[in-house]
Order: sequence, then C-alpha cells, then structure tokens
Amino acid sequence: MNLFKYSAPSIFYPLAGRLATGFAIAAVLLLAIGLYMSFFVAPTDYKQGEGYRIMFIHVPAAWMSMFIYLVMAAWAAAGMIWRTRLSSMMASALAPTGAMFTFIALWTGALWGKPMWGAWWVWDARLTSELILLFLYIGYMAMESAIDDPRRAARACGLLALVGVINIPIIYYSVKWWNTLHQGASIKMSESGGIESSMTEIMLWTMLIMTFACWFYTIAVALTRVRSIILERESKTVWVKEMLQQGEK
Amino acid sequence: MLNIVNLECVRGDRQLFSGLSFSLEEGSLLHVHGANGSGKTTLLRAIAGLVLPEDGAVEWGGKPARKLSEDFNRELIYMGHHYGLKFELTAYENLRVFARLSGFDISERSVELALKSMGLARCFELPVKVLSQGQKKRVSLARLLLQRSRLWILDEPFVALDVAGVSMLLEMIKEHVADGGMVILTTHQEVDVEVGKLQHLHLGEH
Amino acid sequence: MFAALKCIIARDLTLALRHRSDVLTTVFFFIIVVSLFPLGVGPETDLLRSMAAGVVWVSALLASMLSLSRLFADDFNDGTLEQLLLTPQPLALIVFGKILAHWIISGLPLVLIAPLLGLQFGLGGDALMMLVLTLLLGTPVLSLIGAIGAALTLGLRGGGVLVSLLVLPLYIPVLIFGAGGVEATVSGMGAEGHLSLLGAMLILSLLLAPLASAAALRISVE
Repeated sequence: MNLFKYSAPSIFYPLAGRLATGFAIAAVLLLAIGLYMSFFVAPTDYKQGEGYRIMFIHVPAAWMSMFIYLVMAAWAAAGMIWRTRLSSMMASALAPTGAMFTFIALWTGALWGKPMWGAWWVWDARLTSELILLFLYIGYMAMESAIDDPRRAARACGLLALVGVINIPIIYYSVKWWNTLHQGASIKMSESGGIESSMTEIMLWTMLIMTFACWFYTIAVALTRVRSIILERESKTVWVKEMLQQGEK
Repeated sequence: MLNIVNLECVRGDRQLFSGLSFSLEEGSLLHVHGANGSGKTTLLRAIAGLVLPEDGAVEWGGKPARKLSEDFNRELIYMGHHYGLKFELTAYENLRVFARLSGFDISERSVELALKSMGLARCFELPVKVLSQGQKKRVSLARLLLQRSRLWILDEPFVALDVAGVSMLLEMIKEHVADGGMVILTTHQEVDVEVGKLQHLHLGEH
Repeated sequence: MFAALKCIIARDLTLALRHRSDVLTTVFFFIIVVSLFPLGVGPETDLLRSMAAGVVWVSALLASMLSLSRLFADDFNDGTLEQLLLTPQPLALIVFGKILAHWIISGLPLVLIAPLLGLQFGLGGDALMMLVLTLLLGTPVLSLIGAIGAALTLGLRGGGVLVSLLVLPLYIPVLIFGAGGVEATVSGMGAEGHLSLLGAMLILSLLLAPLASAAALRISVE
C-alpha cells in the first residue's frame, strides 16, 4: 500500500469526510461517558471538594494544547520536507483547535484557581507557559491570515511552527526557572495541588476518557476544516469542479 | 547549457504554465513573449531560482540549479523590474558591493571605464538617488560589463532607456551572445533582437 | 567568504551612517520608554530599584523589536534583496552579516546608554555592570531571533504589528535571564548562571537563526 497516495487532496477529501464522521461520533460518545463520570461517578475530593471536577476538562485541554502544537509542527515539517500540499493544510487546520484548547485550559485554570488559591490568576509556571503558548498560536494564525498567497502562507507558517517548537522547551524551562526564583513573591503551591498522588483509579479513568474525547474531537474538527481548506485551495482544479457538478458533498 | 524540464508555476490559485520544457545553448538568445500576467516574470524568476516552481526543474550543465545553488548564481545575472541599487550609495559603491559579493574585487578604474561606456562618465561619485530613471537603469546595467556571467536574465531591460541607451544595450547583448553567452529576455518594446541562435517562447497560449 | 561578510557589514553600516536619524530614533525610543515608568509608578527609590532590571530589559526588547522593520524592508523594496539572494555566497552568511550590522546599529547603542538609565533607577555599580553584561549578551539574541520574524513578515500588510506578535513570545527567555541576572546582583546573589545561560542562547541562536532567516527570506521574496 502506498501511503503517499493519500497525500493527494483529491483522494484524501472523501476519505477525510468518512474519517471525520467516525471520529465525531466517537468523540460525542466518549464525551457523554466522560462528563457523566466526572459529574456523577468520580468521588468528591476530600481536600478540594466539588470544585476539583473542573480538572477533568482542564487537564485534557492543557495536554491537547501542547500536543496539538507538536502535531502541527510535525505536519509543517513534513510539508517542508516532502512539499506535500496536504501537510501544510493539516497544520493550518489544527491551529484554531489548538488555540481553543489553550484558551480553555487558561479559562478553566482561572476558575479552578479562584477557590484553590483565592485568585483568578497567579503567575504559576504552568499557567504562564500556557499563556505564552496561546501567544504562539495567535501569532501563527495572525501570520497565516496576513499572507494572501496560500503557497507562501503554507511555507511561512511551516517555518514559524518549526521555530516555535524549538523554542517551546526553552521557554518552558526558563519560565519554570523564573518561577522557582520568584517563589517568595507569588503564592507557593505544591505540584498541581497534590491531586496526582491522591487521585483514585476512577478519577484517572475519567480523565483518560475525557482526554480521548478531546483528542477525537480534535481529529474530527481538523479533518472537517482541512476539507474546506482543500475545496478553497483546489477550487480551480478539475476534480473539484466535477464533484460540485455531481452535487456530491 | 540551460535546460528547463517540465516546469510548472502557480501564483495564488492560478496556474501560470505547466509542462514547460526547453533548452538554451551557448551563444543563443531566448525571447519570451506573452501578454501581461502570462507569467513571463515568474518564469524568469523561477529560472533564476527566486521562485520555487510547483513542479519540474531548472538544470544547468545537466545538474539541477537548485542543488548547484551558489555555483549556479555565479553563472547568472538577473535584472528584474527593480534597479537593485542602494539610492544612498554612489554608483561606484553600488557596483563595488556587487563585485565583492560576487567574489571578485574591482578597481576604481574598471568601474570608471564601465560607467563611461554606459554614458555615465560624470556620475561616478554621485549618490544614485540624484540620477534620473534612465541613468539609474544604466548604472544597474553596468554590472553586465563588470561581471563575467554566462547567463543573463533580463526582465524588461529596455524600460526607461532612451534611444541611445536601447541601441547600446542591444550592442551589449549581441556581443555577449557572440561570445558564447546566453540571454533570456522579455520586452514589450519593438526592438530588434535578431542575434545568434534566436528562440522564441510564447506564454499564455494554451 | 569572509570578504563577503565584511562587505555586507560595511555596506549596511555605511547606509546607516547616511541615515543617522534612524539609529537615533531607536535609542530615543528606548530612553523615553524607560523614563515613562517612574512617571507611571511613582518616584520611590526602593520601588524603582527593584523594578529597574525589568523596566530596562522590557524597554530594550521593545526598542529592538521596533527597529526590526528596517532590517530587510529597505533592501526588499529597492530590489537589492533579491540581488543578495542571487550572489554566489551562502545566504545564511549574508543574513548573518546583515543581522550583525543591524545589532551594531540598533543593539549596541542600547547597551551603551543603559548604564545611564540604570543610574536614574538608583542601581549600584555591580548591578550596572551586570546590566551592561546581560544586555551585551542578550541584545544580539534579540536581533537574531527578530530577524526570523522580520524575514517572515516581509512585505505583508501590517507587518510591523505582526512581527511583534511573532517575536515577543520568543524573546521571553532572554528577558527572564537578562533581567534575572541584574536582579540577582541587586539582591546580592551571583549571576554567573544567568550569564552562562544567556551565552548558551546566544550560541544556539547564532547557529540557527541565520539559517531560519535565510529560509524565511527565500519564502518571502518569491
């Protein structure tokens, strides 16, 4: 089987449609189970009460936000190495979802932080890095929309994603270092409020299910988005015209 | 020997040309024709290596120009729509920068001679910004005399030149082709460029 | 190769000498921004001293970002950039030369003027020394990273604002260790760690940034 066959947009387009539907259904199912478990099955935390339940969305969102950036950079790198159009389309299809999860992670972090630390925002290393990650996503999307020529946009964004991914560990560790240095000034908190240690098996399962729900959601949304990008960029090609004439979606 | 193999270029969503193949031997001139927007400039820039073609390759002496990279650049002078001059520097300084970056040093004397034969004897020490359009064009064309490159890629080289300038440039092109050089040019002006082995390429007719 | 590097640096410095006002604009921007902080937070010496490192460093970040638009834009507009791309020299080398010249024009003056501004904020001798040292190591990193952003946004609408979005997040590690080094000195701790980390960043960006900027220029010039 030749995997590169699927890198042609005309072949990938219908495949992406089928995959997107499958992953969307899986995401909805997992989300329903995950939400049920996080609200009704997972026990109340003995230290943090009911408020900790926001962790079931906060942690998966934070994981996804970082994971998506890595995947995006990998697609960008693939696009630069093999110069496949589809790769850069995948990269740009992932960016908005990554930014969304980053935002959710920050927002739920603030909601969690208010009862836990008594403040909406603390300059904690994780929150700060997450904020910087949001800036990186925003920069990426801003540049993409500023470039009119789709080819230049794809190549420039690919390079930017690679520069970003090299910098992320540097940024993360310097923020962490900065945070430990200024420990006195900000509120001291133990790693993640000690949740990991006290996490019961059921909490872990709930978190995993929620993570997979987010993951499948990302795949479904990215594939749907890449389908519209394909249509937009390839609108002049024969296969798109033929398909539109047949009235097939 | 320059070979264009199955070249395809796009701009935005629009395909300018595809499957374009031709070769250019020593001592020949290629005149590229085509309406506005037919992709003449893009073709010239793609050959020079400024535009990444969607498909196909530019080969120099049987090797891909992209691989040769700096070695290919040494063989080539590209003149686009811009003068490529720093207006704050004098004609001499501009030409000296080009020469040094091309890997050779030039004497003040040789620059003076080149400028003199371009009809710019008195503009040696003047910053380029005070020169007229035609004079600026002549300064940038003086590079053709100073730099020994085999392939000239000239995009609309006759623009802004007066009658004397046009005939002078034609002489230079003829001499270069007679010496076994190669020239690729586009022009909208009615100029007689019947020299050497002449080829015509018409873009935008498919 | 070395001759080409020297040539491109000499060219950019000559151009800057003939446009002296551009150089001064960056320096005055730096001075003005730093001077605004005491007006905003009040003149208490203790407060100012504890803020000094951060204020000077953030202002240096902004000033160096402001000057980025000039790095490639002029050459791009008059067509000399595409000629530079076509010279038989490695593009990364030419880009490196341009970045170096740009740092001499817009980064070095900031380093030289910074002690005066530090004095205004009541910094002592050791701290001033450290301020100069961190800026000396840090501002070239800013120019190097900034060059990537400047090359990527070349010729775009609103490129100036866009470049700040792209570049400022990447400046954060430099800010942390630059300002951190001065703060550590103010509070009587050693700052060798900060300096060596800044040095490591400088080496890393010296290796990677010219290559990345060269790739970005090829994309943007097309």
